[in-house]
Amino acid sequence: MKAAKFNYILAESIDQVVEALDKGDGEAIVIAGGQTLMPMLSMRLARPETVIDINKIAELSGIDVAANEIVIKACTRQAEALAAAEVRTRLPLLAKAIAYVGHQQTRNRGTLGGSLSHGDPASEIPLAALAMDAHVCLRSAAGTRQVAMADYFLGPMMTARTDNEVLLSVHFPIPLAGARVGTAFHEVSERRGDFAVVAAAALIHLDANGICTHAALAIGGADSVPLRMTVVEDALRGGKPEPDGIEAALGGIEAALTPGNDQHASAAYRRRVARVLAERALKDAVAEAQK
Amino acid sequence: MSEAMLKREISLTINGKTHALAVEPRLSLSDMLRDELRLNGTHIGCEHGVCGACSILLDGVPIRSCLMLAVQADGHNITTVEGMCNEDQTPGILQEAFQEAHGMQCGYCTPGMLISAQALLTENNDPCLEEIKEAIGGNLCRCTGYTQIIESIQLAACRMREAD
Repeated sequence: MKAAKFNYILAESIDQVVEALDKGDGEAIVIAGGQTLMPMLSMRLARPETVIDINKIAELSGIDVAANEIVIKACTRQAEALAAAEVRTRLPLLAKAIAYVGHQQTRNRGTLGGSLSHGDPASEIPLAALAMDAHVCLRSAAGTRQVAMADYFLGPMMTARTDNEVLLSVHFPIPLAGARVGTAFHEVSERRGDFAVVAAAALIHLDANGICTHAALAIGGADSVPLRMTVVEDALRGGKPEPDGIEAALGGIEAALTPGNDQHASAAYRRRVARVLAERALKDAVAEAQK
Repeated sequence: MSEAMLKREISLTINGKTHALAVEPRLSLSDMLRDELRLNGTHIGCEHGVCGACSILLDGVPIRSCLMLAVQADGHNITTVEGMCNEDQTPGILQEAFQEAHGMQCGYCTPGMLISAQALLTENNDPCLEEIKEAIGGNLCRCTGYTQIIESIQLAACRMREAD
């Protein structure tokens, strides 16, 4: 349970990170909060030649509020985001999701960029980001590119980020003024703070007449990647979301998921829990939007 | 061996005392505390961020010391369980409360529990039951069933309020 030897680079700039990643040719890895990488190093599931520390790069930390989006830099701690007034008031779904991430000791070090770079199919921040139509900004020696969450998750712990790219920031769109917004996040885990067995994130916009103008439902832990339930979203959009309508809209959800069997839960259990959590999340989000 | 694998000089403050030492990049902060500095109050349970026994305060906030590299602690201020004693090395309020209310059995989780409880009570010396449970949620105890730990923290909170 001790890490293998590695080269350590305490990076002072993003350029230095990109250069080291390029030079590392797949054998270099970025460390931010270390809450996922440190266990992998200890168990020698990861044996990188080079570890590039980005904690001292000031421009990779902090939260910026723009006209139409809130930008959270990669190295921003989960605890810092959870405590930020702009996150609590304007990105409530993200705040609700982070509250389920680990414990205070891990949130004090763990970062948003780290969680998104790792891409665990059951983790909370990627799920909320997917439901919120966020995108990430990735940088390599070849330049900077943006990837929408819809195109980002490729498989368990596999994302569109290549080995020579560093995640710079995650961009969350702010809902248009006037929309009545409701959000909810629910999960089932073995113990509080553990990875979710299954989790559901819902985001609902209603117009002045109570008609649903936007619906997002994302399920984690019930497929190889976190997934948007477009079949449910399509059924809700354009109508008044009543409890009966929500239950009917959820009819297609179990067929839309291909969960795995493992020591934590069976595929059948995951399907059933996904449907139950989705119903709770949608009903709570609608109730919050109607307030 | 490349130059970047060699030991690096770091300097940090632990329990009010400045330490300067050279560490290998792969050394965890928890191993540095125990093996290099002989601060064996910090316990190592799982070494992969699950049990919470190795919790310390980093610049005043609780973290798991097995999930941080020693080199990353350069320039930081750390409090370990040894730093929770009174100046004359007698047990602090929390430590005494754990002793009196039987907040430990085997003692393995105790340093981490004390650190989490200290972080909570520094912010809020009148926590409700849920706040105490949330604060120690990242610390596993396999002996007590947690009830006496919660009672110990409540006792310490009560004494801290009286002392104010």
